[in-house]
Amino acid sequence: MNMKWLEQWFEKIEPKGRWSWLGSTYEAFHTFAFTPKAVTRTGSHIRDAVDMKRSIIIVVIALIPALLFGMWNIGYQTYSADPSNFNFQFSIFNLWWFGFLRMLPLIAVSYIVGLGIEFAFAQYRGHEVNEGFLATGLLIPMIVPVTTPLWQMALAVAFAVVIGKEVFGGSGMNFLNPALVARAFLFFAYPTHMSGDKVWVAADLWGSDAIAGATPMGVLSSGADISIFNSQFSILDMLIGTIPGSTCETSVIAIALGAILLLFTGIASWRIMLSVFLGGGLMGLLFNAIGGTTYLDLPFYYHFLMGGFAFGAVFMATDPVTAAQTNTGKWIYGLLIGAFAVLLRVANPAYPEGMMLSILLMNCLAPLIDHCVISRNIKRRTKRAYVGTGRALSAEDRKEAHNG
Amino acid sequence: MKNIDLIKLPFNKQNPITVQVLGVCSCLAVTAQLKPAVVMSLSVIVVVMLSNLIVSLLRNTIPPRIRIIVQLVVVSTLVVLVDQVLKAFMYDVSKQLSVFVGLIITNCIVMGRLEAFAMVQKPWPSLLDGLGNGLGYSVILIALGFLRELFGSGTLWGYPVAEKLGLYSLGYENNGLMIMPPMALILTGLIIWWQRAKNKDLIEQ
Repeated sequence: MNMKWLEQWFEKIEPKGRWSWLGSTYEAFHTFAFTPKAVTRTGSHIRDAVDMKRSIIIVVIALIPALLFGMWNIGYQTYSADPSNFNFQFSIFNLWWFGFLRMLPLIAVSYIVGLGIEFAFAQYRGHEVNEGFLATGLLIPMIVPVTTPLWQMALAVAFAVVIGKEVFGGSGMNFLNPALVARAFLFFAYPTHMSGDKVWVAADLWGSDAIAGATPMGVLSSGADISIFNSQFSILDMLIGTIPGSTCETSVIAIALGAILLLFTGIASWRIMLSVFLGGGLMGLLFNAIGGTTYLDLPFYYHFLMGGFAFGAVFMATDPVTAAQTNTGKWIYGLLIGAFAVLLRVANPAYPEGMMLSILLMNCLAPLIDHCVISRNIKRRTKRAYVGTGRALSAEDRKEAHNG
Repeated sequence: MKNIDLIKLPFNKQNPITVQVLGVCSCLAVTAQLKPAVVMSLSVIVVVMLSNLIVSLLRNTIPPRIRIIVQLVVVSTLVVLVDQVLKAFMYDVSKQLSVFVGLIITNCIVMGRLEAFAMVQKPWPSLLDGLGNGLGYSVILIALGFLRELFGSGTLWGYPVAEKLGLYSLGYENNGLMIMPPMALILTGLIIWWQRAKNKDLIEQ
């Protein structure tokens, strides 16, 4: 496709003179459409095809299978709860269309509010608008119940962008994953809309009414017997994702497709992803060894299939800004996320889902983990160091080297 | 320093909570509603004023090595008095404030003002300094109490504002996060942000 006309149009409208204060808004749309012509020329840089824009776009592409499936599942859940509520003729496409129309306002509100605030901040500070919110803005509607009222959504997005990100200096400076900050805000501010049985299934196309539809973890934390659980949710259901849950987190297969893309392109760290599952599995096995209740005896791999575990492990824990940076640190970070998530699910009946809180907790601890890993490494290596005299460094020398 | 500055500065440049970051625990703990916030503010004003005055009167007789314990005796006497008055006349608020009245003893504003000001200044300026700092503390507490009760419970001083305005029938809901202490910390942070944006002197290099 010839995009010459668009480029010429961009050149024509470039703000000058009295409009030059709009520079960063203009620049944002220009770089969204075209690769910037101006690149850094001095200093030493590694040139790589992957920049911020490209990596964010790959994350968005990786989210698409889960998004499309989630939309279909919204329609499917409404239809299977009560076919008379389903406004369209039954067909696979109409199930998806129903979900698409339900999701569209959530996504629109998330992008309009979030990008509006991002643009305002960038404009005010004279920064360039960052692409980071393209992924965050899509992630937020994907991890909330479909019946979330739009004004609450707007408030949560505003909170996440301002408190979760901009107060620390914008994308790359935040220590918490902004999408999870939005979810945590909703979870604590409006708990009746975020948990329980009556939020996961939309009653009709418009309006915020909901039909009862329990999630696997809801059933388990109510203390149901394993046979009741199995009669409601088979492994296959949970694998494909035809169960109630937050909009786009249910399908492990769709998430796995995204995970493959993220791992193949190297955007997400395989160490984190693997270690989250390892940590969750080990914790699950530990609980099996204790045993006693349905939840304790639950086979460990069920935890991977239920709720937001897979989604969190693939798209949230691996956020390169908020995760640990060192390789050893990534293992510790991931293992603890998985372990805490399962611990919260099983041991704390007040929080049916532990993934969000466990990732946020480890986001806070990631800098500490990195600090410990790095200082251990420095200590180990200064022990090996010899200075010209041929003697090993004394304890004081080492301390000096460490502090210096 | 002019006497009027002793009252004025704690409102802005020397605010005990937003600039000196003292007394933050009680500011998070008692501001879920407006009424306890106001009562707590009054209690702190009384304690910090009178203890400043008494310690300033005693300042030349206190041996430096035991000054902290003398200050503590003065402060705890006053706190016990305040606590008894609250229990006698405002029992329900006193129950809401629970340990936080007693914990005024450990409130860093009180000890901080005694050490930094009353030990070396005359009684009248000390009294004014106590009043100013107490008011500076109160401003933040009352602002937080106002915002948190309004958005967290939809009421003000117990009066159902949101209900009378008919907001609930429009789909409005109270924000549960507002009545949790973490949100008080975030709101305090926002106040600090706003204050620093207005007052460039406060921004560190």
